[in-house]
Amino acid sequence: MILLRGVFKTFGEKVVLRDVNLKVEKGEALAILGHSGAGKTTLLKIISALDTDFKGAYTFRGIDVKRDPGRVRKCITMVFQNPVMFRTTVFENIAYGLKVRGYSKRYIQEKVEEVLESLGILELKDRGARRLSGGEKQRVAVARALVLDLDTYVFDEPTSNLDIENVKVVEDAIRELIKRGKTVIFTTHDLLQARRLSNKLAYMEKGEIVEIGETERIFREPGDERTWRFISGMFL
Amino acid sequence: MAWDYILQGLFEAFKLIFSGDPELYDILLRSIKVSGLATLYAGLIGVPTGVVIGLSDFKGKEIVKSIFNGLMGIPTVVLGLILYLFLAPAGPLGFLNLLYTTTGISLGQMVLILPIVVSITVNSIESVEEDIKYLALTLGADESQMMVKIIEEASPGILLSLITAFNRAIAELGVALMVGGNIFIKGGEMNTRVLTTAIQMYVTRGEISMAIALGIILLSLVYLISMVVNYIQKRWIEV
Ligand SMILES: Nc1ncnc2c1ncn2[C@@H]1O[C@H](COP(=O)(O)OP(=O)(O)O)[C@@H](O)[C@H]1O
Ligand SMILES: [Mg+2]
Repeated sequence: MILLRGVFKTFGEKVVLRDVNLKVEKGEALAILGHSGAGKTTLLKIISALDTDFKGAYTFRGIDVKRDPGRVRKCITMVFQNPVMFRTTVFENIAYGLKVRGYSKRYIQEKVEEVLESLGILELKDRGARRLSGGEKQRVAVARALVLDLDTYVFDEPTSNLDIENVKVVEDAIRELIKRGKTVIFTTHDLLQARRLSNKLAYMEKGEIVEIGETERIFREPGDERTWRFISGMFL
Repeated sequence: MAWDYILQGLFEAFKLIFSGDPELYDILLRSIKVSGLATLYAGLIGVPTGVVIGLSDFKGKEIVKSIFNGLMGIPTVVLGLILYLFLAPAGPLGFLNLLYTTTGISLGQMVLILPIVVSITVNSIESVEEDIKYLALTLGADESQMMVKIIEEASPGILLSLITAFNRAIAELGVALMVGGNIFIKGGEMNTRVLTTAIQMYVTRGEISMAIALGIILLSLVYLISMVVNYIQKRWIEV
């Protein structure tokens, strides 16, 4: 279980997260909506234990993240909005997380190929990862996370800048994770995507979580005027 | 008339090169060995130093970096003089008996190119995107595994620093001349003559064709290495 209490984050003078309280239960699929600059990426980095420089409390399954971020990072992984690639082949990129966990060569080989196959990129296996197209890179980024078989996944705008075919592949992968009972947190600009994938929804504005609740409920009757404005704005 | 003199020299130079003149190739091999060792020493010290500086964050880091940067351009004549003063029999390091030895040249050139290796290594470590660090961490790497990954990502740049350093070492004259002394005795084992000192000597002696031949060899070598560097930058750094 993910539990944030009174989290504040500042960059210099600028307050980017303001009193964020968040609880995500095991198996939930949480979509975080909000305009760009709302603080979504900043929040995801904190949730993923990549940034421990914040005020407030965050426990991940009872672990104090500030005290032991390394342990938390073994249980959660984040797929960045910008799919950075290591300067190696696609295979090596995807194998990395298994290698640092000390799995055997044989297991890694099997597992990586299985994931490549499921995302339809087996033929990219030996290509230089930096030379791929944007869509291919995003699939590799998703594969790198899937191969780890963790309980908790974080995606930052996983389908922005993708064409329809790649959107479908990535969405299917996320849907599959949710079906298998994983905890999934993702951000998106796309209201319909949030509705398609999530069962819980948070709306962020100016560093605050304005409203959080069951996705369908929020779509039917948003409890905050700002949420209502955001949702209706999308359909105008 | 004026051109004849150069063309004549060029003609004889090519004859020397293609006839496999033993003296010429003896000098070439010594040059490669001496500067290769200098690069090896500089790499053994400079790469770890550069990696540590690049990965760490301490007060005065910028000052340390600018010192190494500044030292990159040190005139070889001045360095040669300083090394001579230290290594001369009466100097503080005279007891090492390194003056007029190839080991002396290698160590001197190491001092010359160490700043190059350190500076370029620091640069390549620092130019690894911050996102790479986060990527390694979020895929489950611990701090030391993450650092190894950053070094791996910087490795083409580090290799580049070594090649650049070798090029600088093999092409410099000041250290080789003042520390090495351009000693050459046929069949001798203590010879210290290298490409640059030989060129300088043959010119002053008026043996133009030998000077040109050695010049062509040095130029080709440096040019070839630059092409390798180019290739590395194009093919590897982008991948
Ligand atoms: N490293 C940083 N330094 C300074 N400001 C930052 C940094 N990262 C993000 N910000 C600022 O924090 C705010 C929230 O950014 P972000 O979390 O990326 O928003 P979102 O992902 O919702 O678009 C923005 O105003 C952004 O400019
Ligand atoms: Mg963002």
